[in-house]
Amino acid sequence: MNPLHSLNRIYALMMRYLYLLRGSWPRLLELTYWPTVQMILWGLINQFLAGQSAWVAQAAGILIGAVLLWDVLYRAQLGVSVVFFEEMYSRNLGQLFVSPLRPLELAAALLTVSLLRTTIGVGAAAILAIVLYHYSIFAMGLPLLAFFANLLVMGWSIGLMVVALVLRYGLGAEGLAWAVIFALAPFSGVYYPLSVLPEWLRAIALALPSSHVFEGMRAVAREHVFLLDSFWTAAALNVVYLATGLALYLVAFHTARQRGLLLQMGE
Amino acid sequence: MPSVKSAIEVRNLSKRYGQVAAVDNISFEVPKGGSCALLGGNGAGKTTTLAMLLGLLSPTSGAIRVLGVDMVRNRYAALPRMNFTSPYVDLPHRLTVEQNLDVYARLYGIRHRARQLQRLAETFDLKLLWRRHYGSLSAGQRTRVALAKALLNDPEVLLMDEPTASLDPASADTIRSWLEEYQQRTGATMLLASHNMQEVERLCDQVVMLKQGRIVGRDTPATLARKYGRETLEQAFIHIARQSMD
Repeated sequence: MNPLHSLNRIYALMMRYLYLLRGSWPRLLELTYWPTVQMILWGLINQFLAGQSAWVAQAAGILIGAVLLWDVLYRAQLGVSVVFFEEMYSRNLGQLFVSPLRPLELAAALLTVSLLRTTIGVGAAAILAIVLYHYSIFAMGLPLLAFFANLLVMGWSIGLMVVALVLRYGLGAEGLAWAVIFALAPFSGVYYPLSVLPEWLRAIALALPSSHVFEGMRAVAREHVFLLDSFWTAAALNVVYLATGLALYLVAFHTARQRGLLLQMGE
Repeated sequence: MPSVKSAIEVRNLSKRYGQVAAVDNISFEVPKGGSCALLGGNGAGKTTTLAMLLGLLSPTSGAIRVLGVDMVRNRYAALPRMNFTSPYVDLPHRLTVEQNLDVYARLYGIRHRARQLQRLAETFDLKLLWRRHYGSLSAGQRTRVALAKALLNDPEVLLMDEPTASLDPASADTIRSWLEEYQQRTGATMLLASHNMQEVERLCDQVVMLKQGRIVGRDTPATLARKYGRETLEQAFIHIARQSMD
């Protein structure tokens, strides 16, 4: 396999998704709509609770930071799975896979487009948070990059798992793309410390990269310390998550080839 | 790469879904520069065979070689030299004709992309459609775009699944003329699955007749008709289709 040819094919698919985005204002709006609505809502809650709770008052904008980072995870996952659905909606998978495109190249394009979509969507909400609430998530400095990277990779991994399910079960499983991440929210400790969780739930929480990221985010916001252990734990878990996501995705492609699903994909 | 006489070589190919054999131990060859039709009623195994030739579907058993390449083990060596068109597989609707062809030209690694797109736009009379969304085109216009996509890489082997389905006779005739011209100019090999006997008689020098996944006849269109004591291929097709497999 020539790596240059491979990069060209990944670039070709990125162009395909960017053409789609450029030509559709509802898709562009959808990128920023939900992160912005969430940020405004949690900004108001944050303002209210800051006067009621010492815990919130101690760290200005902690809930806004939490919701913006949560959206990194959600957008990263949607960025993979929803962009893949576009191929299924347009019955284009058959055309793609009679070209020299390989499944891993498609995955690389999906992940790269997910990074762009997440940066645009959450970036716009983060800038608006500065204007509306005088809260800048960028004030976290370098740790923000570590949190962003870990949540992005976790979102990618779950996105690939959703793609695998949809490849196997068709667009009937599409609803999972929108809902699956919310099942992880209670265990991720987005808006509260993990100590709130009962002991047995904490074990589940610690197996999620996101819970370590949000603990780390609170440590930066409240104590101005970066928990290196939390970062490395999240990164190590992400290696396992991404490997699992990729493996399931490749197995799903193999199964789709066995069962003739690539030609039948559609509604 | 060693020279091979057959562009397509299928040996003892089978595809089973549980107890059902969609394709049952078929063998055939298409010589380089030849054109062959897979004929058969609905469910005869034509599309399944094409999908296996393209690497979209894994065979249960048997061997497929395209341009000398083992398509089960090494399809990526052959895919840049082949292409495919079918009205049943779409292109992205929200992309313009130009964007769709540009994306596929990049996927196939076309070196002089702009020149190739320009040439295809002229050949298939796409200039007025160039900036229109694929989804807004009529069936005939989509077929032209899909065919332009299929010829982007000047394929040595072109596979087609009912290339003129749902077209009016004049549009279908134009498409067939383009295909004839392409084959004469490049010496490409063509394999098409079709229900349209006129199309097969005009474009193909060989017919493989399938029924319930098995080959029940294989010859030139005229010889096959004579073999069954019929005047036309269509009459032979109907005769074979109505015969019991037992």
